[in-house]
Amino acid sequence: MSDLSDLYQEVILDHNKRPRNFRAIVSPTHRAEGYNPLCGDRLNLYVQVDGDVITDVAFQGTGCAISKASASLMTDAVKGHTVGEARELFERFHHVVTTPPDQPVEDLGKLSVLAGVREFPVRVKCASLAWHTLKAALEREQRASTE
Amino acid sequence: MTPSAATAAKDARTSFDVHKVRRDFPILSERVHGKPLVYLDSANTSQKPQAVLDAMDDYYRHANANIHRATHLLSERATALYEGARAQAATFVNAPDPKTIVLTKGTTDGINLVAQSYGRSVLGKGDEVLISWLEHHSNIVPWQLVCEQTGARLRVAPINDAGEVELNQYAALLSPRTKIVAIGHVSNALGTINPVSEMIEQAHAVGAAVLIDGAQAVPHFAVDVQSLDCDFYVFSSHKMFGPTGVGVLYGRPSLLEAMPPYQGGGDMIASVTFEKTQYNVVPYKFEAGTPNIAGVAGFGAAIEYLSSIDRAAALAHEDDVLAYATERVSEIPNVRIFGNARRKAGVLSFLLEGVHPHDAGTILDNEGVAVRTGQHCAQPIMDRFGITATIRASLAIYNTREEIDVLVRALERVRGLFS
Repeated sequence: MSDLSDLYQEVILDHNKRPRNFRAIVSPTHRAEGYNPLCGDRLNLYVQVDGDVITDVAFQGTGCAISKASASLMTDAVKGHTVGEARELFERFHHVVTTPPDQPVEDLGKLSVLAGVREFPVRVKCASLAWHTLKAALEREQRASTE
Repeated sequence: MTPSAATAAKDARTSFDVHKVRRDFPILSERVHGKPLVYLDSANTSQKPQAVLDAMDDYYRHANANIHRATHLLSERATALYEGARAQAATFVNAPDPKTIVLTKGTTDGINLVAQSYGRSVLGKGDEVLISWLEHHSNIVPWQLVCEQTGARLRVAPINDAGEVELNQYAALLSPRTKIVAIGHVSNALGTINPVSEMIEQAHAVGAAVLIDGAQAVPHFAVDVQSLDCDFYVFSSHKMFGPTGVGVLYGRPSLLEAMPPYQGGGDMIASVTFEKTQYNVVPYKFEAGTPNIAGVAGFGAAIEYLSSIDRAAALAHEDDVLAYATERVSEIPNVRIFGNARRKAGVLSFLLEGVHPHDAGTILDNEGVAVRTGQHCAQPIMDRFGITATIRASLAIYNTREEIDVLVRALERVRGLFS
């Protein structure tokens, strides 16, 4: 039986209630809109890249606790890192949330709280929406979708 | 109400035994996440009684063959099942003749058939198709497609805050330009029962043909297409306790006769040469290819099952559970209910303030409660109320007040987690 407390951990509930970097950035170098057609959730992501470094990243939009917390945690995780590092982290995060729950995964620090979605397959898209949007923003696509 | 009428009404209620009905549906004794299943998602798809499961199994064991085209006994049995279900469907909606019943893949297929066959023949530039704001995407997009193809314009009758079509605005939108009106009998997202008889009469007064999407109506109450006087009535087997992949299009005989085929293939033809193909007669003209025969056999059993039930009593029971659900859910602090129409069937759509429906859906599921969360294939309604999604509890004949109590306790757990 999948345990709800693995999904809705304190860190997730906290980031849902008080999302970090929940604002717009005026004329950022990169931006993208993420959309999950399953639930109608939308997310606007703003990324400021100076040289090769993500100096600021912020988001706005509507979403469930999982997608909001994931976006919030992501902004904290990639700020101050290079674009290459952010892309690498996308791959590692994606691997963690899509690995079957009975298999071990690497520890991604705070981001690991989202590993609980593995027990709830329909919610994996909620956790990965912000990350797909970040990837799209950095690749200068204007729109990301979980489909 | 006279004393005798009151007694009759009481008798009607007591003649419906929900616990007996529940025993007819094997899946209702299933456990999910270790809890008894509380299935409140019948507007999405209903569960199936044993009789339907048996009919499909029997077909494959004793009658599996193609229909209409072989001389052997199995084909005869398959054809009898298939055509028998067509006749049952005709009786079920009081159609004048089984020939007015086209068997489809479902409601969506029926609407697309009418849009592409009838719509494409009658629509031109300057013409209009009128729908309402309550429509399911399947009663919006097929009309958008045919409007794009023909240059016709799609008009939309607005709804009020209770989720009812604004009838004066509906009437104002009707004009000689209106060629087709397509309206849902019951809203899947809000449960509103539209006053379709009145709307059909008004549409006919300007010469428009009317399609009624009855997908959410037939599971709840008896429908009479002749008394409604609609031109097309479409519905799905899977929402009325039958299998998926089967549906009905009832069409007025004169319209079906005049309409060109929708899809080409086997069974819809009388003779084929490379120069000229003669089409089969109505309704076969609209049934190309080998259909879902097992599904149609199951659909026939579903009609038989519903016909064995006192439907007025079943509806009274459902209305009682809906009223109870509305009352209990309203008592939860910071809850907002969407759809407060005076006449409703089977649907309670709501939001808990500060909780996204998807989170609520996951937690409810963990308590064994199956609801739908999201936009319910009705994005314009969500936009109308300025929201992106709701939690929808939808009812069928097998639901009980006790299940609503489980829902309410589970919602309390949701609030506890997110407070």
